[in-house]
Amino acid sequence: MTAPQYVAALDQGTTSTRCMLFDREGRMVSLAQREHHQHYPRAGWVEHDPMEIWDIVCQVVPEALADAGASPSQVVGLGITNQRETTVVWDRHTGRPVHNAIVWQDTRSSSVLPAVAAEMTEADIQARCGLPLVTYFSGPKVRWLLDSSPSLRERAERGDLLFGTMDTWLVWNLTGGVAGGAHVTDVTNASRTMLMDLGTLDWGPELLAAMRVPRAMLPEIRPTVSSFGTTVSPVEGISLTAVIGDQQASLFGQAGFDRGDAKCTFGTGGFLLLNTGPTPVRSQHGLITTVAHAMEGESAAYALEGSIAVAGSLVQWFRDSLGLIRSAAEIETQALTVPDNGGCYVVPAFTGLYAPHWEPDARGVIVGLTSYVTKAHLCRAVLEATAWQTREVIDAMNADAAAPLERLAVDGGMTADNLLMQMIADFLDIPVVRPMVAETVSRGAAYAAGLGAGYWPDREVLRRHWRRAAEWRPTMSANVRDDEYQRWRRAVELAIGWGA
Amino acid sequence: MSRTVQSVERAAALLRVLSAESEPMALGQLAAAVGLAKPTAHGLLRTLVEAGFVDQEPTTGRYQVGSGLLHLGSVSLDLNELRSETLNWVDTLAARTGEEARIAAYRDGAAVVAHHVFRAGPGTQEMDTGRALPLHATALGKVLVAFDPGAARSVVGQPLDRLTFRTITDRSELLRALADARDTGWASAVSESRPELAGIAAPVRDRGGYVVAAVGIAGPVLRLCDARGLPRADLVEQVVGVSRSISRALGHGRAA
Repeated sequence: MTAPQYVAALDQGTTSTRCMLFDREGRMVSLAQREHHQHYPRAGWVEHDPMEIWDIVCQVVPEALADAGASPSQVVGLGITNQRETTVVWDRHTGRPVHNAIVWQDTRSSSVLPAVAAEMTEADIQARCGLPLVTYFSGPKVRWLLDSSPSLRERAERGDLLFGTMDTWLVWNLTGGVAGGAHVTDVTNASRTMLMDLGTLDWGPELLAAMRVPRAMLPEIRPTVSSFGTTVSPVEGISLTAVIGDQQASLFGQAGFDRGDAKCTFGTGGFLLLNTGPTPVRSQHGLITTVAHAMEGESAAYALEGSIAVAGSLVQWFRDSLGLIRSAAEIETQALTVPDNGGCYVVPAFTGLYAPHWEPDARGVIVGLTSYVTKAHLCRAVLEATAWQTREVIDAMNADAAAPLERLAVDGGMTADNLLMQMIADFLDIPVVRPMVAETVSRGAAYAAGLGAGYWPDREVLRRHWRRAAEWRPTMSANVRDDEYQRWRRAVELAIGWGA
Repeated sequence: MSRTVQSVERAAALLRVLSAESEPMALGQLAAAVGLAKPTAHGLLRTLVEAGFVDQEPTTGRYQVGSGLLHLGSVSLDLNELRSETLNWVDTLAARTGEEARIAAYRDGAAVVAHHVFRAGPGTQEMDTGRALPLHATALGKVLVAFDPGAARSVVGQPLDRLTFRTITDRSELLRALADARDTGWASAVSESRPELAGIAAPVRDRGGYVVAAVGIAGPVLRLCDARGLPRADLVEQVVGVSRSISRALGHGRAA
């Protein structure tokens, strides 16, 4: 009997790094996980230590193999998925980072945005790379770093420094580092740098000029599913067959391969991606245009993305800062004790409002307070805030895309909240479906890597692995829905007005 | 020099006697066991009933250890917390068996579903989270009655409704089934709530070993049972395995 074969996923996330092995039926057979430190040197700054993350990778990969009793030769392919936009710059000769990784949430690059805008208009930037000129994306972070030190800029111009998002940093180290490591990224990660032209899927010279990023420090862009090299360390001889950004991986893990497929991940924030097929759709309604995935030898699939800044973090704020509930799950228990919100609305614009509003100065409001309103009504309003924000993003997507969404696939920790899932079905007036086992990010990386390694013959096989665990169908009357949506929109206007 | 309070000592002695007895006790027996006059013992017992540490049977007037004492030290788990803590495991059970899976806890005379995962395959399925299942006619309910004293007490003196030809309506037959469940660590219900439906369930324990929920699968008798009409051993093994994993996740069997 031959030894069983597996496909591996390495998921480098914002708080932890996980390695998982999957079998041919798409079942997870082992998992190893470690958290890394968050560094907050100043208000609004968030950093990770790239060496710490590489050390963790060197632990979790062998652990996941040992846990499954698998030798490297039994792993047909490894897929990497990662926190997007987080920026690493390192010395190609020593392999040492010149600075901590600047994390996607970090807002320090707001100081260079006016200088960028002076060289290229926001509209021009968005037309080229699909992204609004805000702090999340990598380009402004690199510009901030190189502007901060003339010697760094000089080394970058000379070609001594390398830039990468987390995937690039890990692939370079996995494939040998200073001894011939591959300096590569994939289109989904490159599409978040603000440096890639969405039309050519290559670095855009005009964008590089506006961000003052030397071409010499940039990795080669490859399709999501293609050959990224073979591992040298911490285990030898595993083929790297896929690299994919985390939200794109989650869409892939939900079998969202085709035009019209969509998913929403509900965690700390919310991330909604809609596969728009082989042509990029330019949003007229404040959404981001990005790459969903690209297979070697095929044209890329694009996606529209809308994110909700505050979703699960509003529940955490309710628990930790206000102390109104003991656990996140209790919000549902409280909310279920009343039939409605009692006229109360919460708009959690803690750091402004994202898609589709893009109002960075908006601030949070709680409106409609009367002596009738109890903790339970507030709990309901908190859950409704996530559901209405989802509705706003879906409305924008439906307006941009040709056909309206017929159902929404969900994943992430907040899908445990049945009341929230029912609210989303009610407010969107479409069914909400949850797949079995919500580990869609790692699963997506494993799917992509397995396709790259020929472990699975095609995407249809993977589509059959998708299994529905739960479904919520809309039950709200159109009158109630429309009236409530009107009131929510008035509350949003107040949040925008308050910050103005 | 430390002084002790006599009535607290006496109340503790009564509780010790009651917890050593499996059958409810009459006032006279109890008073004799601790060497107190009947009126004194009665006053102490009435106070303990008020506190929820002792229950008095309404028909016979006999006393037994109350559920308040059994729950002491363990905060009752919110059903939504139970779901969020066990979701991945219940998903796994459904994934491995292909059948619908549920986790339920005893609330107000029924087994209330905290989390429900659909069976494999197309077609419309209804979420039944929050639904109250009969204790005596479902595998989840039987596990709760067998292991949760509160659930056990709630079926005392209540009629056992006949839902199908196979529903257990005879009290001594039910007690035998519950004893079997305690021996084997799992329970089943075959054609007992609906003619075509079978279920297999096992207990979920918290850190202190107290049974806080039951987890199990349900599906057609033809798929869940073998040729003799008994639950398939491989499925029982899956259910019991997941119940142990969930118990471990809740802290059971871990060093304090």
